[in-house]
Amino acid sequence: MEQYLFYILAAAMLIATVFAITEKHPVHAIVYLVTSFFALAAIFYLLAAPMIAAFEVIIYAGAVMVLFLFVIMMLDLGHPEKAARPGIGHWLPAMVLGVVIAAAAVTAITLRTTTAPATRVIGIKEFSVALFQRYGVAIEIISMQLLFAVVGALYLGRKR
Amino acid sequence: MSIISLDIAVILAKIALLLFAVLTLAAYLVFAERKLLAWVQDRKGPNRVGPLGLLQPLADLIKLLTKEDFRPLGADKWIFYLAPAMAAIPAIMTLAIVPFGAPVTIMGFEVTLQIVDLNIGLLVFLALSSIAVYGVALGGWASNSKYALLGSIRGLAQLISYELSMGLSLVPVVMLARSFKLSEIVNAQEGCWFIVYQPLSFIIFLVSILAECKRIPFDIPEAEGELVAGFHTEYSGMRFGLFFVGEYINIVVLGGLAATFFLGGWHGPLLPPLVWFWGKVFAFAFLFIWIRGTMPRLRYDQLMHLGWKVLTPLALVNILVTGWWLVMRV
Repeated sequence: MEQYLFYILAAAMLIATVFAITEKHPVHAIVYLVTSFFALAAIFYLLAAPMIAAFEVIIYAGAVMVLFLFVIMMLDLGHPEKAARPGIGHWLPAMVLGVVIAAAAVTAITLRTTTAPATRVIGIKEFSVALFQRYGVAIEIISMQLLFAVVGALYLGRKR
Repeated sequence: MSIISLDIAVILAKIALLLFAVLTLAAYLVFAERKLLAWVQDRKGPNRVGPLGLLQPLADLIKLLTKEDFRPLGADKWIFYLAPAMAAIPAIMTLAIVPFGAPVTIMGFEVTLQIVDLNIGLLVFLALSSIAVYGVALGGWASNSKYALLGSIRGLAQLISYELSMGLSLVPVVMLARSFKLSEIVNAQEGCWFIVYQPLSFIIFLVSILAECKRIPFDIPEAEGELVAGFHTEYSGMRFGLFFVGEYINIVVLGGLAATFFLGGWHGPLLPPLVWFWGKVFAFAFLFIWIRGTMPRLRYDQLMHLGWKVLTPLALVNILVTGWWLVMRV
């Protein structure tokens, strides 16, 4: 059952992501990308990581993409649906990188000898302890970086 | 296998019951709002359809269903059609995590009066409320109208801003209950409601959910006086109805969650738990309508100022103080 759900969700995610890349209209692309994030969140839930699933929706679908949408709506884009699709030249670097990633993934899967550990649900307490004790320094550094971004935005937005 | 199918049957029955109850409640909330506002403004309110006007919601429903399904020229077809659903579905889905009564025993089986009791229940609520933005934003954008677009841009900014203070005001609740599970949050308040420990959190949460419902004094995304009807200006018939019903379901759900987080959920002396829970929901709905009848609308800059410079810093300080208090108490 879970296996089939995984394949259905993965297929939905891949299709939505491909549409998000090829769609010419940025607002439609955002809708596809949000769909893809939802499928990804459901996959995280299936993989016994409910916290990550919730944060995927709260942060990526609910905050980051909403801000993208806000910016796109504020700008007048004219008629993006009349724009030309990217040619083969634009696609080439992405295709080369895609082949490299696919090759690496195939090698990793075929050469793997250890079996995957049995999935178990990671509790919120365990998750938080790992986040703030084991990776505490990294968390602090990342939050400092976010603070710099806020200060930078304030500087750019201040009254001249 | 039979136990699993029984479980599924119980869950389906609970979903059907709750959906029926809440949809009826939402329809009558519209009626109650019109009546109460009329009393506040010294009018009579709807009193023509049925005894005391009680069949008014039915008449409204028939009107909405038989209206023309209109799409403005140049509107983005699919997004325009989907946006009302995007607005209503998160509100309906949030119903699934609300514990609306104490567990009851039916024919020897213990049935919890909550559709699902997730370990991450509170996070699911935050996730769904952050998704609710899309209906407002995309609906206004897809309408190809300047009023609708202005309304949806305002709605976006408002919902993002107040989501933050809403989420932060719930952190002390989690700290006190030591769980994200809504049933455990309710049970942690058996002796004493969290509003006693966290009055500030409660006020921040209340103001934030008023803003999340887009109601007066936070109704700048709709602002009839300046934007016609804001983000749903171009909608007609049942598509408009879906925006409208979604808003009233949201009031019921958020009232229920406010009761769950701060007023002890279904706990209370003497009366049965179901009465306590729904009584608290009605009290919140009444408060919302009362506020609508009393307050003027905030200006955009006042709204942003309140959200970012007052509520969010207060919520952060409150978290620090709560943490300090919890550590000192041990």
